[in-house]
Amino acid sequence: MRRLIAAIISLLFFLMLITVLNTETEDKAGIPAYGDADLSSRVSERFVTKSVNGYDGEIVYGVTSDAETGSANLVTSIVVNYRSFDTLGEVTVLFISATGVGLLLGGGKKRIVEEIKVSPVARLASRIVTPLLLTLGIYVFIHGHLTPGGGFPGGAIIAAAFLLMMLTDEKRRAPSKLKILEGYMGLTYVLLGVAGLLISGSFLQNFLPSGTIGELLSGGLVPVVYSVIGLKVGAELSGILDDLACEGSDES
Amino acid sequence: MIQYFSMLLIAIGIYGLLSQRNLVKLVISLNIAEIGVNLFIVSIGYIEDGLVPIISSVNRTSSLVFVDPLPQALVLTSIVIGVGVTALALALIITIGKTKGSIDLTELGSSGGDDE
Repeated sequence: MRRLIAAIISLLFFLMLITVLNTETEDKAGIPAYGDADLSSRVSERFVTKSVNGYDGEIVYGVTSDAETGSANLVTSIVVNYRSFDTLGEVTVLFISATGVGLLLGGGKKRIVEEIKVSPVARLASRIVTPLLLTLGIYVFIHGHLTPGGGFPGGAIIAAAFLLMMLTDEKRRAPSKLKILEGYMGLTYVLLGVAGLLISGSFLQNFLPSGTIGELLSGGLVPVVYSVIGLKVGAELSGILDDLACEGSDES
Repeated sequence: MIQYFSMLLIAIGIYGLLSQRNLVKLVISLNIAEIGVNLFIVSIGYIEDGLVPIISSVNRTSSLVFVDPLPQALVLTSIVIGVGVTALALALIITIGKTKGSIDLTELGSSGGDDE
């Protein structure tokens, strides 16, 4: 009976949500049909042409220098330049949830002992793969302004390397310095914002030269902020994994 | 088509939230609904034959047709917050399971005593 009512309610929700689709007409704003989005009527066009402050030239890869934001990856230019304040809030949410997990489950001194024994082959292989994964993670967040990726995927890859270490070694714990690194990286992000406030007059505004689009040393603050975020997210997710693996194991 | 599919995912998530009584299953339903929402937000920025919004040595200028990068940036935020919510919810469930001995809503309700 409960399942039937739930099915009816979710079906009604589905029908209600369907009515929202394809509602954009000439005189009324709405959700456009799939594939028919019109960038020229959206704010995103200014993000693509990097003309929020009025610059009206064409952005060319490897040629344009000192553009509004020097990041070749347009998503990154939005995430850590135009909407960097948003990202600061996002990092704060992640920090609070990591702290909450630590508060709820913390106190475990030892890892929970698992019955499954890891084969020596897997252990040795993981020791080879882990440094490669760490390098890949660092590569992904350093090149966040040039290629797909950035601080959050890079941090997740670093946490995956840590998870691999934890799965193959029963005694492995997160180093306690990770919490210190996490806190300092959060502080660095805020300090970069305050530096932007003091130098350029607006919180988190770019104050470094933005360079030529497509070079590694370009984008001004973008690679700096993304490296900070990458280290912070990597440390945070590793801390969550460590908390989950050690929850209250000294009680029993 | 993919927009209908994402709406279907949201509806499946709502069905799970309404019908399931296991807390872990509730978290899974929440995640399914969240994936549906993320897919939908990305899909409203799609342009037919649009390029990946990265200026590279292949797509050299900003005058080409790129898909909308703004929904993608927002979905990045949404995914990260989803990770945080899921981790916190699982930690809460572990604590509830330890203190109450069950993670089933019906058993939790009957053992509480406040229920009628």
